[in-house]
This record gives sequence, C-alpha cells and structure tokens, in this order.
Amino acid sequence: MSQPDPVPVIAAPHAADAPVAHQFDDAAQQRNAATLGMWIFLATEILFFGGMFLAYTVYRYRFPEDFRHASAHTLIWVGTINTAILLLSSFTMVLAVRASELRNRVAAVRLLCATAGLGALFLLIKAFEYRHEIAEGLLPGSLFHFGPADGPAARLFFYIYFLMTGVHALHVAIGVVLLGGFALRAHRTRNLAGMATSIDLLGLYWHFVDVVWVFLFPLIYLIGRHA
Amino acid sequence: MNPDPAPHSPTVRDYARITLALLTLLVLTVAVAYMNLGVWSTAAAMLIAVIKAVLIILFFMHLKAAAPLNRVVLIAGFFWLAIMLTLAMSDFLSRG
Repeated sequence: MSQPDPVPVIAAPHAADAPVAHQFDDAAQQRNAATLGMWIFLATEILFFGGMFLAYTVYRYRFPEDFRHASAHTLIWVGTINTAILLLSSFTMVLAVRASELRNRVAAVRLLCATAGLGALFLLIKAFEYRHEIAEGLLPGSLFHFGPADGPAARLFFYIYFLMTGVHALHVAIGVVLLGGFALRAHRTRNLAGMATSIDLLGLYWHFVDVVWVFLFPLIYLIGRHA
Repeated sequence: MNPDPAPHSPTVRDYARITLALLTLLVLTVAVAYMNLGVWSTAAAMLIAVIKAVLIILFFMHLKAAAPLNRVVLIAGFFWLAIMLTLAMSDFLSRG
C-alpha cells in the first residue's frame, strides 16, 4: 500500500504529529478511518431520530387541527432563543476544531468551554420551559388537562414533543459532559496534536445535534402561529 | 511546532458569515410562520430548515472538503430515512 492516497484530507498536514496505531499506514489514514466511523454513527442517529419524525408526520397528518392548536401552547420565544443558542454553540465548536488544528491550545480550551456553556444554557432554558409546561398541565399523564378548544390528539402532540425534545436534550447533555471533559484534557495535555481528531469528531456530533434541532424547532413551535 | 493552516481551510470570518446566515434564516422562519400561507406554511418552514441543515453540514461539519466516502454514508442515512417516510406515508395517504 505505497500508492499515494487520492482522497483529499483536510487536516493531513497537521495529522503527522498524532501517534499512529499499528493497523494504519499513516496518520491521514487513521484520521480518515475515525472520521468515517463517526459519520456511520451519525447515519444511524438519522434513523434513530427518523422513527420519531415519522411518528410526528403520521399523527400530524391524521390530526392536523389538533396539532396546530397544541403547538400554539409552546413558548415560541423560548424556542427561538434556544435555537439561536445552539447555532452560536456550533460557531464556537467549529472555532474550537479550528484552534485545535492550529495547535492553539488556549483558544481551543476556551472555545470548548464556551460551547459547553452554551449547551448548558440551552438545557437550563429547556428545563424552565418543561417546568412551565408541566405546571400548565401539558405533560401527558394523570395531570394532563386541556381546554375545550383542544382536540383529543393534543395529548399525542405533547407526548411526541416531550419524547423528541427529551431525547434531543439527552444528546445535548452528553455533548456538554464530553465538551467539559475534552476542555479539561486539552488544558492538561502536552500534546494537543494527539487530541485534534477527537475534537474534530466531537464537533461532528455537536453539529449533528444542532441539525436535529433545526428540524425540531419549526415542527414543534411554528405550526400553529398564523390565524 | 506551530503549523500554518492549510491554504483552503476556512477563516474565522468565513465561519462568522455562515453563523450570521443561520441566524438570519432563523428570524426568517419565525416571520414566515406568522404569515398565512395555508398549506405552503409547512413547506416554507421545511425548506428553510433544509437550507440551514445543508449550511451546517457543508461548512461546520466540513463535508464540502471531506472524503467522498463520508458523503456517501450521510446520503445513505438520509436515503434510508426517505424510504421509511415514503413507504409509511404512501400507506397513510392512500387509505380511504
């Protein structure tokens, strides 16, 4: 396998100082393999979330008016601010990946912390939103109560709402924990080069969670807004 | 060792532009939601969501510059999702 690799690799010039495991020809191949593994994981995540998007699609098709009324109960400004926070966190994340590739350790640590902070802020706001919704009687269960204007499928909307945003929030929480751990590791390590691929992959995960929210936001918050 | 960035690697300004575009699209999708577009309301919201997702995937997840195999994996993921949605909805849409 001495043929030159025709595949373009974005960080190949810097990957040279990462340790190479014995099963790989070189650092670039090792990095490509790791990146491919992450993309395969994300492809399974598309289908994992996809099942819930399918449930949403089927029931919204069956009960369009109930879904519209139920959606109007969600807090649109909270959802919009949280979307902006996640988009900004993707910005700090991509800058953290860039900083780690430029071997700028101080910037990488700060940007990882900033991303974790924005993720934690998202979760905090989401928690207040849940508390408000539970107090309003929107959590499916014995305390669930709705006005006469809301149809029977409003409960289904909120079941799907809590399921999808809950699973998404779990992904954000996992991301925040990983970001915090990575920031600590990057702060302590003498060899940031050895972490560059890991930070890149964490970035892929974080942006994917952002993409999921980009689709959740309009489907949950925006369908019942016009008269 | 402090290597220079690769010549084609995006600058902070490039990333800031993408972020600004994403935030603009967020404002746009909220504004569109308050207009009465009838059945086109959801289509407009989904179109904006797809544009936002494509921006994130191409520029933040670097798929534009990634190895072709990674693109195939992502497309396969969305293709299987499309199979699931299409077959399931072709059933629900064709029921009496």
